Amino acid sequence: MTASATTRQRAYNVERIVGLVGGLIFAVSAFFPWAYGHEALDDMAYFGSPSPLQWFAVVMALALINCLAASLLEPTLNNSTGFLKLLGRISKRFGWIRGARALAIGMLAYAVLAILAVALELNGLVNLEMGAWVALVGAGIAFGSSMMLPTGRAPFLERIPSYPVLEIATIALLLMGMLFASAYALSQEDGGTFLMVLVFIGALAGFAIGSGFGSWVATAGRRHRTVLVSSAFLVAFLFPFTQNGSDANMSIATQVLIFAATAVGLNIVVGLAGLLDLGYIAFLGAGAFTAAVLSESAFATINWHPPFIVVMLLSGCISATLGLIIGSPTLRVSGDYLAIVTLAFGEIFRITMNNLDGSSGPNLVHGSSGIPAIPNLNFFGFDFGQSHVVAGIELGRFANYFFLMLVIMSIIILVFTRLNHSRIGRGWVAIREDERAAEAMGVNVFGLKLLAFAGGAFLAGFAGAVKAHVDVSVVPDQYVFLESAFLLAAIVLGGMGTVMGVLLGATLLKLVPEKLRFMSDYRMLIFGLLMVVMMRFRPEGIIPNQRRALEFHVDDEELVEDVEERLPYEFVEFEEVPA
Amino acid sequence: MSTAVLHPETDGHAVGREVMLRADKVTMKFGGLTAVDSVDMTVHNGEIVGLIGPNGAGKTTFFNCLTGMYLPTSGQVTFNGSVLPPKPREVVKAGMARTFQNIRLFPNMTALENVMVGRYCRTSSGAFTSIIHGPKYRAEEIATRERAAELLDFVGLGGEGGHLARNMPYGNQRRLEIARALATDPKLLLLDEPTAGMNPQETKDAEELIFRIRDTGLAIVVIEHDMKFIFNLCDRVLCLVRGKVLIEGTAGEVQSDPRVIEAYIGSPKTKENPDA
Repeated sequence: MTASATTRQRAYNVERIVGLVGGLIFAVSAFFPWAYGHEALDDMAYFGSPSPLQWFAVVMALALINCLAASLLEPTLNNSTGFLKLLGRISKRFGWIRGARALAIGMLAYAVLAILAVALELNGLVNLEMGAWVALVGAGIAFGSSMMLPTGRAPFLERIPSYPVLEIATIALLLMGMLFASAYALSQEDGGTFLMVLVFIGALAGFAIGSGFGSWVATAGRRHRTVLVSSAFLVAFLFPFTQNGSDANMSIATQVLIFAATAVGLNIVVGLAGLLDLGYIAFLGAGAFTAAVLSESAFATINWHPPFIVVMLLSGCISATLGLIIGSPTLRVSGDYLAIVTLAFGEIFRITMNNLDGSSGPNLVHGSSGIPAIPNLNFFGFDFGQSHVVAGIELGRFANYFFLMLVIMSIIILVFTRLNHSRIGRGWVAIREDERAAEAMGVNVFGLKLLAFAGGAFLAGFAGAVKAHVDVSVVPDQYVFLESAFLLAAIVLGGMGTVMGVLLGATLLKLVPEKLRFMSDYRMLIFGLLMVVMMRFRPEGIIPNQRRALEFHVDDEELVEDVEERLPYEFVEFEEVPA
Repeated sequence: MSTAVLHPETDGHAVGREVMLRADKVTMKFGGLTAVDSVDMTVHNGEIVGLIGPNGAGKTTFFNCLTGMYLPTSGQVTFNGSVLPPKPREVVKAGMARTFQNIRLFPNMTALENVMVGRYCRTSSGAFTSIIHGPKYRAEEIATRERAAELLDFVGLGGEGGHLARNMPYGNQRRLEIARALATDPKLLLLDEPTAGMNPQETKDAEELIFRIRDTGLAIVVIEHDMKFIFNLCDRVLCLVRGKVLIEGTAGEVQSDPRVIEAYIGSPKTKENPDA
């Protein structure tokens, strides 16, 4: 090693130690009071007994200390023998500094957010106690030092041999953690606390991704896909049991599920087939109106009440027919033109429904007043409006619909993933990559586009039928362009072409506004900013499809190597990956 | 590689003399420009036909007319006795596949997936069977993958199946494009400058690959600028100049024709021809 390299290493070690001190200060600050009054956040006014939020700060600080200490000790460990040497070899596979950076950013945001929230909730910065300022200083030091350290090589944790028991246990633990985290976040009434919990979760996720643990989990998830999928559904199924009969949260959760199911359907059109559809909400509306008109509501205009399963299929079919009608002339045009036509279609749908009021047109849906008083579903005597007590826990009306939506969601996810991995999915990718070449290779371009369009519409109709019963009334003005834009935003934010990404995006977009009522006036402003930031830094979304990520990053060689190792999984289902 | 790879049912050497492809006075006009001017061409079974001509002679436009990417202004293309509709998909189904002058692979798909896309028109499992993983879907997916791997082997890309197309060396991309075209089970293969940008060794390999494809019983039409390549390879050569057929004949005949040389490099300035 040359002299200058040694000096640089020494400087880096100093940086690491400074960062460690910053982390330590942040951890210690949690034991001091942060706020003067008890009303701010979750009561941070005690000396020596941290509130839950302050404990989260300790967790972040410990994770940061772990990162920096590991990167500091790594050379020493590698030069020793026996168990320490093994530790060093394991540590080498992590991207410690990348993880530390994510944590430090999270800590800084956490401290700033806490200060702002306390100042806002107690009227003034004077209400801040010393602890909060100490936390800010600690976070600042940690941030500065971790940003100055070189990131070093990318982590390669996913290349270690497979330990099935460890992997499955990790998946189970993580999902359990997610269940409790979501229950905890939902139970926060205070907007500031909710945001801070989100920042905490985000910082931990950033740490996991940066340090390489995330890709190890992703690899584990791919190896044990059945375990992952079934336990994810189990966790979702268990969620209502954590709410103890609270209808407020279950109502949000059900709305999130409906929104997410629709977004996954739209992701077939946008993410897989690559068609921009700005009027997708109309298909949800068509399903909802169909179900409303055929329901047993006193305002229903058609005196035929088939069982709900028939209604659902009918809703799907009507939406799909609309999709075919709008798609067959327009899918021959490309990109922007299609977007404009679908945008217009969404508006036409809403205005048509407004006009089906008996004076401007036939009285089918009572115009702008819509169809109210839609009764609850009743499956073979199981009344969705009634509460049921299972294992001593009360499950209310929304929990019933939550379970129904879960079933529909699993159908939609099944359709999405199976189509994606089939001959049809290959055709869609080929069309996205080079439409003319696909056509010249015998791919039925028009037919496949139409299939995506009609298929997506069919699934939206499904979700719409349930939505009619959950919402009790169906009104044309629920199905405005803004809703289509939100669906699209969920996909762009979460990740094109993946189920996980859209679930995440849909949850964020639906849940955060519900919890942050106090800034509902600035909702659009914040979403707009968020979208701009996403487009600048991660245009492919939070959890993107690998191929989509490639399409956005034409020159990224590292990504290419990364993806090459994983892609063959996508279309290989029945045998080992070809060598 | 055995000939059975491409056409299991034929022995590969039954080169018949029936006409496979007949282009009849094909004309393509873009506004006032006549890119292809009543070109006649016939291709017999198992034949390699070369298409040469200086840049801008209309070779690629003619290819596009043959494969249904352009609708010819007049004239028609008959393949195995029936008139071809101007739809690329129908043309591929009828048994004609092509490659592109500037490689048009699906860059973000792996080599294997690229070839699997080529099998699209020979498979038919629809949405329903794909969703429930029905027996038809399973059988077709396995067959598609095996066939694609076989074809990758055939063009010399065995073991490269997992690489992204955009990350492959140039020569391999050309081979991959041929493999993708072969995956559509063609009877006639149209190659648009298969050796453009290749070094002599790669050109030799490509030549050897095309011979191997011919030996399996396929007819081939090839556009090329490399004269040595074309005269080694082709049974018959057409020379196109400004949209018209200048001469058609065996490689030797075309090679020695002064008009061909003139078309490429111009004629010496003489007293009889002061404008040259």
